[in-house]
Amino acid sequence: MTTMQLIFLITAAVTIFAGVMMVSVRKLLHAALWLILVFFGVAVIFGLLEASFLVIIQIVLYIGAIAILIVFAIMLTQNAIDDTYQTSRRWLVTAVVAVIALAGILLALFTWPQGQALTSTLAGGQQDIAAIGLALLDPEGYLIPFEIASILLLAALIGGIYVGIEHKGEEK
Amino acid sequence: MIFIADPITFITTWLNSVLTGWGIPAIWVQFIMFILGAGLLALGAMIFTIGLIWLERKLGGRVQDRLGPNRVGPWGIFQTIADMLKIFTKELITPVGADKFLYNLAPLLAMAAVLGLWAVIPLSPTVFGTNINVGVLYLIGIGSIGELGIIMAGLSSNNKYALLGGFRAVASLLSYEVPMAITLLIPVMLAGSMGLNDIASAQKVAFIFQAPVAALVFFIAAIAENGRAPFDLMEADSEIVAGFNIEYSGLKFGMYYVADFLHAFTSAMIFATLFLGGWNGPGAEQYPALGFLYLLIKTALVYLLTVTIRFTVPRLRIDQMMAFAWKYLTPLALASLLVTAVVDKAAPAGQGLLRVALLIGANIVLFLIADRLVTLYRKQHEKARKVVSDDRPVPVAIRSTVVEEPEVNS
Amino acid sequence: MIPLYWFLVLSAILFCIGLYAVITRRNTIAILMGIELMLNAANINLIAFWRYLYAGSNLDGVIFALIVFAAAAAEVAVGLGLILSAYRSKETIVANDLDTLKG
Repeated sequence: MTTMQLIFLITAAVTIFAGVMMVSVRKLLHAALWLILVFFGVAVIFGLLEASFLVIIQIVLYIGAIAILIVFAIMLTQNAIDDTYQTSRRWLVTAVVAVIALAGILLALFTWPQGQALTSTLAGGQQDIAAIGLALLDPEGYLIPFEIASILLLAALIGGIYVGIEHKGEEK
Repeated sequence: MIFIADPITFITTWLNSVLTGWGIPAIWVQFIMFILGAGLLALGAMIFTIGLIWLERKLGGRVQDRLGPNRVGPWGIFQTIADMLKIFTKELITPVGADKFLYNLAPLLAMAAVLGLWAVIPLSPTVFGTNINVGVLYLIGIGSIGELGIIMAGLSSNNKYALLGGFRAVASLLSYEVPMAITLLIPVMLAGSMGLNDIASAQKVAFIFQAPVAALVFFIAAIAENGRAPFDLMEADSEIVAGFNIEYSGLKFGMYYVADFLHAFTSAMIFATLFLGGWNGPGAEQYPALGFLYLLIKTALVYLLTVTIRFTVPRLRIDQMMAFAWKYLTPLALASLLVTAVVDKAAPAGQGLLRVALLIGANIVLFLIADRLVTLYRKQHEKARKVVSDDRPVPVAIRSTVVEEPEVNS
Repeated sequence: MIPLYWFLVLSAILFCIGLYAVITRRNTIAILMGIELMLNAANINLIAFWRYLYAGSNLDGVIFALIVFAAAAAEVAVGLGLILSAYRSKETIVANDLDTLKG
């Protein structure tokens, strides 16, 4: 067992534990904080995959923006739902469904012929950011997905503002 | 001679050779050096803060026509040490109904986030924690973890004032992060790299002369990110007592206190690195120790400016603060980004003074247009404002310095 | 040297946890959190495949992951806006109670 494998196993264990805690704790605020731990774990996994740019983006975007927005929303709706009433009564059925889905994925994975043969030496270097930037703005490369993503973000911006504004006189 | 020129590198190479001499594998030597370096840097930063707190209090006193600390030691230098002793011996209180784990974790996060910033700041041409190629993004990411510390403190304290402080903190910090992140891109664009050491070494002409508007926006946004006056809404003591850290006592409060001062200083240092040239200066290449001195002088200048602003300017209202971020700073930062990109393309790097002159000219035009627009907006706004009442006479304290002596009839 | 399928197993587990959260949780914010978990799991897959199969030749996986990041940001912004709007008008954020459209 190499150092990288050890790091991976520890990170994976922490991430999965945090994920399980996220779905099982009653207090929503605690769930959000376990979610942040999951995000951190995924960032470390990206680091192991030598995608240093994505590590930082994961931290800036998921922890810096999304997690804080979620915590903010939880703050604003603190008394909307009783903590003992967070999960649906048929949670056992769902758990069975999720486990079956997992079993299906794993079965497909392990019967995939060349899946287990694929290994690659991870050197642990720094990612070339300039290459990503050039590829994103290259008409031969990924310019159109990039532009579509920007339109999506613009639409989300406008939608978010529209939904957030209080419409006086329209309700009730 | 080499020791005086660059003491840190000298010590590291010496220690490295000693450790390797003991037969420790290279990877462990590197590991030990990293741990040692990080520990020393963090310790140095925190010890430095002791002096910083004294300086800020003394200076604040002078600005506000007071004496400042003056009892413990000459000029009150040891005041902070006395305060530290008091804080260490105080009882650590956890309020009833507080979320114990979060409540205790929050100050640690706030402190760790500030210390984490020091990892990428180049202290001299040869001394820096690490020159990762996403250094600028790292600054934003670590800053958001500090935000998390503040929000968690507000939420977990089970106190309405703390909760209000937390609300204000989220609103203001998230808003001011937007112009700050946009202006951070401008040094990146000018230097052609996101590593902070590359940005520092690219500044043969300091970036404040190439992007003054961006520097101004960044400076204002950094003050707001620190939560200092005039943007200290999240701990406005006259409105919500102490904001998010109201329930903290003893060392836990001390952590927030130290984090606050250290964050202000670190922001000044980041400003100096990004816009004032960092360690650049005459002779810094040959004598890296001199570079550290230059960085400290530049940082001190910026820091003293923020302290003066803190003790001079009154607090803003929350709606004014949000409007300022979204209506002025963000558009200005975006326009500045666009202008810099266009000029950068028109006059590529290597054209020397022409490029700098073009950049300054574009920035001045941009600033004048922005100023004109703001003035127009304000004029229109003033017309629409209703007159609620007539002006009232303002009470003015009349202080007569000369005491009139009663006339003596002889 | 980490085999590729370790990453795939991790991502499958995370995905199923997210799926469980989406179906079981009654609170709409918690459902959003589950969706974020699933998106993260998908991103691990994308990056792992990219790293092991295409790292030398192209950037497909990284760009795909970046687009997923953008979509996640947009989704959370609009989603939380909708949740807060619903909370303001209906005083509830329980998914089952938001049934005005039900016939």
